[in-house]
Amino acid sequence: MIRAAGAILRKDLRIELRTRESAPAMALFSLTVFVLFHFGLHRDTLDGALAAGVLWVTLLLASVLGVNRLFVAEREGGALDGILLAPIDRTAVYLAKAAALFLYLVALELVAVPAFAVLLLGPGIGPAFPELLAILLLADLGLAAVGALVSGLAAETRARDVVVPLLLLPLYVPVLIAAARATEPFLTTHPGPHGLAKWLGFMALYDTVFLLLAVAVFDFLLED
Amino acid sequence: MAEPVIALEGLERRYGDRPALQDVSVELGEGQTLAVFGANGAGKTTLLRVLATLLRPHAGSVTVLGASLPGEAWKARGRIGFVGHDALLYADLSPRDNLRFHARLHGVSPERVEELLDAVGLSRRAGDPVRELSRGMVQRVGAARALLHDPPLLLLDEPRAGLDPAAAEQLEPLLGRSSGRTRVLVTHDVDRGLAEADAVLGLRAGRPEIGGDRADAASVRRLYS
Repeated sequence: MIRAAGAILRKDLRIELRTRESAPAMALFSLTVFVLFHFGLHRDTLDGALAAGVLWVTLLLASVLGVNRLFVAEREGGALDGILLAPIDRTAVYLAKAAALFLYLVALELVAVPAFAVLLLGPGIGPAFPELLAILLLADLGLAAVGALVSGLAAETRARDVVVPLLLLPLYVPVLIAAARATEPFLTTHPGPHGLAKWLGFMALYDTVFLLLAVAVFDFLLED
Repeated sequence: MAEPVIALEGLERRYGDRPALQDVSVELGEGQTLAVFGANGAGKTTLLRVLATLLRPHAGSVTVLGASLPGEAWKARGRIGFVGHDALLYADLSPRDNLRFHARLHGVSPERVEELLDAVGLSRRAGDPVRELSRGMVQRVGAARALLHDPPLLLLDEPRAGLDPAAAEQLEPLLGRSSGRTRVLVTHDVDRGLAEADAVLGLRAGRPEIGGDRADAASVRRLYS
C-alpha cells in the first residue's frame, strides 16, 4: 500500500509542478484575503485573538481551493478508473491525496505566514517559531486528513464545487478553534498564560480520529 | 472441461431505478472473443465496466477469471486490460510518465514501458504531454496502458475508434484476435466483429436479443434500427 501511495503522490506532485494549479492558487488567495482584511478592518496591525482568527480563517479558506482540485486530474480522461483497475489497496489513493494536500498546505504557509507577519501582524513571531511550527504542522495534518476524505467523497458528484465547502468547513471548525486558541498567545504583545499543550493534544486527537476514520471508509467511497 | 474466463448468469445492473442490463447470461472460454453489439445506450459499456470490476452487479452471478464479483473483485484486478472510450491517462503527463506510473501500480518493470511505447509506435513522442497528442495517438497510449501488465483478459470498447488504418493495423497484434488473449469486443463494425467472434451478444435496451456462437449480420444490424 505504501508503494502504491508513493507512486500516486509522486504522480500528483509531478502534475502540480507542471501545472502549478493548486499551491500557487492557494498562496495567491491568502495574500489577496490579507489585503482585503487590511482594508476591511481599516487597521495597519492586528494582534491577539483577532490576528489568530484572521490568519486561520484565511488558511482554512485557502485550503478549500486545494481540496477542490485534489481529484481534478483523476476526473479528466477517466484516470481514476486506471487506478481502480490496478491490484492495489484503494486506501493508498487516500494516503497519497492526504500527503499531497499536506505538502500544498506547507507550501501555502511558507508564503502566507511571513506575508501575514509583514502585512498585518503587530508583534513579531520570530521568538515563537518552534511553537508556531508545531501548531501549523498539527493543524495541517488534520486539514489534510479531512480534506482528502471530503474530496474523495465529492469526486464523483456533479455539484462538487458546492459540496466540498459545505461539508468541509463545518468539519474544520474544531481545528479552527484549537489552532486559533493555540496561536493567539504568540500573536500578542504581552502574552498571558496559555494552554499550548492542551490545544496541541486536542489537534493530535482530531488528526488521529479523522485519519483512522478515513482509512476505514475510503475504500467504500470509491465503490460506484 | 476448463473453467470459463467469464461466466455471467442473469446479470442485472441499474442506474437508480433505470435498468441498464437485465438477464444477461454469457460464458466465454480462454482465448475466445465475445463480440458485443447494440445501439447507443444498449448497455454495452455498462457490461464492460461490470466485467472490469468498475461497477457492481446488482443481481445475478458474475465470475471473471475465477473471481466471483463483486466480493472477490480484488482477485481479478490487475489481470484485466481495459480499453475504453477514455484512455484513462493524465493529460498533463507524457505517455512515458503515464505508463511508468501505471507500471509502478502493477509492479511492472520500466523496460516494459519502453517496449510498449515502441510497439505502439510512440517512442518519438513519448516525452510530450498527452494533451498535445492527437486522438489516435492517445488511443494508442491507452492501449499500451491496458497491456502493461500482460493481462489474460482484454475488455475493448471500440478499440479502433479514432485510429487511422495504419495505426489500427499496428495495434492488431496487440489487441486483435492474434494476441491470443480472451477478449470482450464492443464494436459497431458488424462484419469485422462477427468475423472475430467466437460468441455474440446483441443488446437492446439492456436486454440480450442475440446470443450464442453465431449470428447473421442482418439480425445484428436490426439491433441498430
